[in-house]
Amino acid sequence: MRPILIRGGRVVDPARGIDEVADLLLRDGKIEASGRNLGWPDDAQIVPAEGKVVSPGLIDVHVHLREPGQEDLETVATGAMAAAAGGFSAVCAMPNTDPVTDNQAAVGFIVSQAQRAGKARVYPIGAVSLGQQGRQLAEFGELVGAGAVAVSDDGKPVASSHLMRTALEYARTFGIPVADHCEEPTLADGGAMHEGIVSTRLGLKGVPAAAEEIMVARDILLAELTGGHVHLCHMSTRGSVDLIRRAKDRGLRVTAEACPHHFTLTHEACEGYNTNAKMSPPLREPEDREAIRQALRDGTIDVICTDHAPHHYDAKEREFDDAPNGIIGLETALGLAITELVQTKLLDLTTLVTRMSVMPARVFNLPGGTLAPGSAADVVVFDPAVMWTVDPDTFFSKSRNTPFGGRQLTGRAETTIVRGQLVYQRGL
Amino acid sequence: MATEIVERCGGTDALVLVGIQRRGVELAGRIKRLIDQAEGSALPSGKLDITLYRDDLQTVGPRPVVGETMLPDLDGRIAVIVDDVLYTGRTVRAALDECADFGRPRRILLCVLIDRGGRELPIQADIVGTAISVGPADRVDVLVSELDGRDAVELVRGA
Amino acid sequence: MSPPATPVPGLGKDLVGLEPLSAAQIELILDTAEPFKEVSERPIKKVPALRGKTIVNLFFEASTRTRISFEFAEKRLSADTVNVAAAGSSVSKGETLVDTARNLEAMRIDMVVIRHGSSGAAQFLGQRIRSNVINAGDGKHEHPTQGLLDLLTLRDYFKTIRGLKVAICGDILHSRVARSNIWGLTRLGAEVGVCGPATLLPRNVRELGVTILPRIEDAIQWADALNILRLQLERMQAGFLPSLREYNRVFGVTSERLAKAPKDLLILHPGPMNRGVEIDSDVADGPYSVILPQVTNGVAVRMAVLYLLAGGSPDWARQAGGGE
Repeated sequence: MRPILIRGGRVVDPARGIDEVADLLLRDGKIEASGRNLGWPDDAQIVPAEGKVVSPGLIDVHVHLREPGQEDLETVATGAMAAAAGGFSAVCAMPNTDPVTDNQAAVGFIVSQAQRAGKARVYPIGAVSLGQQGRQLAEFGELVGAGAVAVSDDGKPVASSHLMRTALEYARTFGIPVADHCEEPTLADGGAMHEGIVSTRLGLKGVPAAAEEIMVARDILLAELTGGHVHLCHMSTRGSVDLIRRAKDRGLRVTAEACPHHFTLTHEACEGYNTNAKMSPPLREPEDREAIRQALRDGTIDVICTDHAPHHYDAKEREFDDAPNGIIGLETALGLAITELVQTKLLDLTTLVTRMSVMPARVFNLPGGTLAPGSAADVVVFDPAVMWTVDPDTFFSKSRNTPFGGRQLTGRAETTIVRGQLVYQRGL
Repeated sequence: MATEIVERCGGTDALVLVGIQRRGVELAGRIKRLIDQAEGSALPSGKLDITLYRDDLQTVGPRPVVGETMLPDLDGRIAVIVDDVLYTGRTVRAALDECADFGRPRRILLCVLIDRGGRELPIQADIVGTAISVGPADRVDVLVSELDGRDAVELVRGA
Repeated sequence: MSPPATPVPGLGKDLVGLEPLSAAQIELILDTAEPFKEVSERPIKKVPALRGKTIVNLFFEASTRTRISFEFAEKRLSADTVNVAAAGSSVSKGETLVDTARNLEAMRIDMVVIRHGSSGAAQFLGQRIRSNVINAGDGKHEHPTQGLLDLLTLRDYFKTIRGLKVAICGDILHSRVARSNIWGLTRLGAEVGVCGPATLLPRNVRELGVTILPRIEDAIQWADALNILRLQLERMQAGFLPSLREYNRVFGVTSERLAKAPKDLLILHPGPMNRGVEIDSDVADGPYSVILPQVTNGVAVRMAVLYLLAGGSPDWARQAGGGE
């Protein structure tokens, strides 16, 4: 493995409080040195980064890779490549595969597929309950032993409060978070989009914001009761943000994530019954979008993730009620974050990197999120100013279900390095 | 024209006037008044909109506006169809089709103010105000005071 | 391959709902319906206007009255009609809506009248096939021809819609008839009120420009006309209402309640009626009920819609070289 010198970029490393132009030398899979005018060995590969930003590799804690079971939509390998193209050096894969990742063999399978692919790291998330049926706890110990970094029944909520409580308590033993898809099932049942003026006009059953907030409140109370760590998935409402803020003020172990579509779009995107605007939780009102943005600014929401959810063209090409929920996101996340949050001066680059790398690593206790010498050489070089147009046909993901096709974005990954090896280089 | 109609029909018994929308209706109204005055009759009259029976309906772009159709009983009567200009004959063909859907007149006569020639179908008028000869690019417009503010026949030469 | 149906200036290729239409477009349809009312009174109830056109009635939801009304409208215009009773949704029954549509198009259908259980299905179909698509009811979204025939009926009796106060009573939340009426009436300048139990009113219904009338007595005091919606049994089963009996006692339009009206209220109902639930028999059969004229107007309105949408291609017109 050749050493790599990343030359002359603006190094943004919040973990060390650094934001300055500097070189970065990577050797043997680790960060060897960081500073100005570094020397480099003769055989080093030079990555010119002048005018670009160099930061710890981005980490997406919420993706669906569809393998095993739906390899026509995405595989661990194609997902890992899409992640690398998006600037991510690591992702966490949700367990709602077929079969569900609820046992050590399944976890091990994901780990080995990721190793074979050799692109972004893939950390499996195990199921909370066997088969995600919401009845019996999965064997957290076995899952963690095989490589799982968290547990979740995502796709579905953990509807039983008793089960959620025991999951939080049991997970404490292994120091992992329980990530909950917050949705009260009887309120959300049959809903296809946010319950609001748009759903009324379109004649679609809506999911009220309360469906999410009820479970957020419940999970916060259970975190308090158990001392466990609850991670709230894909937050979408201003009420949720308020609840999380108050929970953090009280020092509870509550963390939260939000997706680019929730800080970019609103329920208006569903006009014309656009199935690429259908996801769960749904796109909400402008006030909710604003609250999510502010929460990302002040840290109430810790992490930006994508909830990357590949679906087949045919599946989305149907009546709105029948179309599945979800959009892909790995290859547009950075661009959306820079366009919607940094260009608008809501977040500076340091905070952006914190939300997309430092905090994901911290919340899920993963390596990465830092460029300190000695740490793993997971680095992304991105251009914060380049304007580009989203063309789904060029995506590395197998799927194309995105509402952002044709949209002009600012900011894009140029080079992604994982374990000291170049896994993605734009233009190659 | 009114006198000729009465002559041709042997009196006003069983006579019905049917004006084709739009100006044919106004002309039929005037003819009715003339006949009623002269003969002391109260002729039944009706109006016919032939839009839905046009043979080019499938090919025109925006749909033409459909006017009012209102016919008295036609069975066994002598129906005189009244129109302003007779040209290709297609309007009259449509009117004949439509009348057939309403009943079975004993006899149908055609009365037009202007016959400008240029027939595309074997149709002739029984009572003609005036026959003129014009080219296919020319337009013949009849104006009536009820609709247009004045009575006139205008010939607009085409290029 | 037949050329795509030409958009009629103003109305477009499809009739998906009343929301996108302007007042002028709605009035065009109502005005066009007038001569078609007369056609239905003739001994020979047929005009050749749509001769040779093929129209498919694609009904994914069972509906006798709407389908028959469309069928009469189509046949009275001399079109050839085919009824397809398709099963359920894409997911449950195999063939997707897209495939159904494409198959029909491959058979060179000119127009499709679709009723479907999913909101947006008519628009979905219209975007994917070249034939004209007419929405006969899609999920909870719109039922535009019902809205139009209600407007025509109101216009018959009140001469103008502007300033008219119409109260829509019943399950607004789940009703496509309510939505179409709200759009059509507000577009033409009427004042719209909605009356029903709070569980059956959308939370944000005021944003549609309507007044909320909490009790049926308020509606009766306020309105010039009541449009009474059918209450469906499923609502009770889904927990929106305790019972149909309670609905009748609290919200039913009875002659006792109507007796207190300050003026003669016109009574409309899209049908079929649940006698004794939302409307009592003596009201339905009473002197102010226009329920049967609504049905008559339904055929005329549907004929008008079919006639207006079926405009031919200008290219063909040039070739045919039409004459007088």
